[in-house]
Amino acid sequence: MKENNAILSTRDLAVGYRNGTQAVTLLSGLNLCLEKGKLVALLGQNGAGKSTLLRALTCDESPLEGEITVEGKSLMEMSQKDRSRIIGLVSTDRIQAGALTVRELVGLGRQPHTGFLGRLDDEDREIVRQSMIDAGIIDKADEYMASLSDGERQKAMIARALAQQTPIIILDEPTAFLDVASRIETMRLLQTLAHDRGKAVLLSSHDISQSLMLADELWLITTDREVITGTTAQLVADGAMNRLFVNREIHFNPTILDYSF
Amino acid sequence: MSYRRYVITIIALTVLLVVLALACLVFGSVDIPVGSIADIVTGKGSDNKAWEIIILQSRIPMIATAALAGAALSISGLLLQTTFNNPLAGPSILGVSSGAGLGVAIVILAMGGSLGGLLGENVGSYIAILVGALMGAGVVLVVLIAFSAVVRSNTMLLIIGILVSYLTSSVVQLLNSVATEEGVHNYVAWGFGNFSGVSAAQMPVYAGIIILALIASALMVKPLNALLLGTRYARNLGINVSRTRNILLMITGVLTAVVTAFCGPIGFIGLVVPHIARMSLGTSNHSRLVPATILAGADIALLCSLASVSSPHGIIPINAITPIIGVPIILYIILNRRRIQYFN
Repeated sequence: MKENNAILSTRDLAVGYRNGTQAVTLLSGLNLCLEKGKLVALLGQNGAGKSTLLRALTCDESPLEGEITVEGKSLMEMSQKDRSRIIGLVSTDRIQAGALTVRELVGLGRQPHTGFLGRLDDEDREIVRQSMIDAGIIDKADEYMASLSDGERQKAMIARALAQQTPIIILDEPTAFLDVASRIETMRLLQTLAHDRGKAVLLSSHDISQSLMLADELWLITTDREVITGTTAQLVADGAMNRLFVNREIHFNPTILDYSF
Repeated sequence: MSYRRYVITIIALTVLLVVLALACLVFGSVDIPVGSIADIVTGKGSDNKAWEIIILQSRIPMIATAALAGAALSISGLLLQTTFNNPLAGPSILGVSSGAGLGVAIVILAMGGSLGGLLGENVGSYIAILVGALMGAGVVLVVLIAFSAVVRSNTMLLIIGILVSYLTSSVVQLLNSVATEEGVHNYVAWGFGNFSGVSAAQMPVYAGIIILALIASALMVKPLNALLLGTRYARNLGINVSRTRNILLMITGVLTAVVTAFCGPIGFIGLVVPHIARMSLGTSNHSRLVPATILAGADIALLCSLASVSSPHGIIPINAITPIIGVPIILYIILNRRRIQYFN
C-alpha cells in the first residue's frame, strides 16, 4: 500500500554546498519517500540543511551524491519542462509581481502547460479560477499583489502552485512571515490539498507545534545530521523530538506538542 | 476593466505617434507650407526641389530613425529591468551605450580613419562600425552578467554600470588624444545624440535590424513574465533561466548597439519609458508592456526630435533634451516607490 502511494523517493542522497572545489556535505545517506495525499513537515534548526534539501528536491541545486526519482524516473535527467509539471514550488524569494493581479500571478502557474507565448485559453482560465477558489483567494482575484497582506500573498502563491497542476508541491518556509491566524489557515489549506486533492505536500517550517498537529509525517533533521522520519506519535514516543536542538535547557513536552524549559 | 485600460492606452499612444510624426514632418529649421509637404509626401512633387530633398531625404528618415531608436532603447531598458530584476536599470545607466560607443571609436581608429565620420555612405565602413558597437555593447553585458552573479545588490550593479561608463569614456578620450582634430570634433558631435544620422540608403539595415530585434523581444513575453517571480520560480515554471537571460541580453545588446552607432549614446529614454508604460497600463505583464513600451518609446523620441528643431538658432542636441524629460520622471518614481505597485 505504502509503495503504491510513493511519488518521490531519494536513494543515498547527499546534499550540501560547494565551496570552490570543496564539497561540504550537510546531509547524507538520505532514503526518503514522499507519498501522495500526505502533508509532510521538514523540521530542523537553522543551518541544519532544510533549504538545501528542498533546493535539491526542486533541482535548484544538484545533489552531491545519490538519486532522486519520481515515479521511477530520475528527476535530474528530466527536462526542465517535464519537471515543471511534476513539482510546484512556493518559496520565500522576493518577487517583483506587485503590479500583477492575483489572477495574472496565478495564471503564470499555467506556463508549463501553455504555448510559446503563454496565452491562456478558456480551460486554463477555469483552472486558474478553481485554483484561486481552492486557495481561498478568489475574492481578491482582480486586486494587485501589492495590495495584499502577507497571508493573502502566500495564498496567492499557493494558488499559483495549484494552477501548475503538479502532483507534488514543495514549500520553503511557507509560514515564515505570517501572523498566527494566517499560519494556521495556511497549514490547514495545505492539509486539505494533501488529503482532499491527493497532492504530496512537503514543507519546511520552524513552527514545531503546528507541524506536529497538522502534518501526517515529519522529517526531522537532528543535531547530528540524521534525518528521522515518522508520524508525530512515533517520533514523540521515540523521543526523537529531543534530538532537534542542541540546547539541553529545552525539552520537548508531549502534552503541549512544543518545547519548554 | 484592465483590458479596456490596455486598449485605450494603446490607441492613445498610437494617435500620439501619428500626431508627433506629422508635427515632425511640418516643423523644422526650414519653414515649408503644409500644402507643399502634402504634395511631396503623396508623390505629386513640388516646384521647390530643396523642399523635396528636405522632406524626403531629411525629415522622413529622421522621423523613422527617431521612432525606431526610441522603441529600441525603451525595449532595451525594459529587458534589462526585468532581467536584472532592477527597476532603475537601463542601457545608458548600465554602461551598455558607452560600451557600444567605445566599440565605435575603436573600429574607426583601427580603420585608420578619424573618430566620427559615421555619416559615411560607404557600406563597408558603417557595417564595421555597427559590428564595433555590437562588440562593445556585448562586452559590457558580459561584464554585467559576471558581476551580477557575484554582486547581489541592485544598487551595486547600477554603480558598476556607471563605473563602466566612466572607464569607457576615459578610454575613448585616450583614443581621442591620438586622433585627428576633425575626428575628435566628429566624435563629440556624435556624443550629443541626433536622429539625422541615418541616410535613406542606410535605413533598410538600421530599420531591419531594429524591427527584427523588437519582434524577437515580443516573442519573449512568456519567459519575461516568469522572470518577474525571480530565477527560482522561473526555473520551476520550466524556463531555462540562463539561456533566456542570454537571449534577452543579446536582444538588448543588438538594439542598443544599432541605435548608439547611428544616433549616438542617447540617455534616459531606455530607463524612463518602461516606467511610463507600466504606470499608464497599471501592470507589469509583458504581453501588454512590450507593445506599450515600443509605442511610448517611439512617442518620446519623436517628442525629443521635435524639441531639438524647436530653436530658431539651430538644432538642439538630443542629449540636452532627454534629461529634462527623464530626470523628473525618475525622481517622481523614486519618491513614490512605496505607492507604485510594481515596486512592492
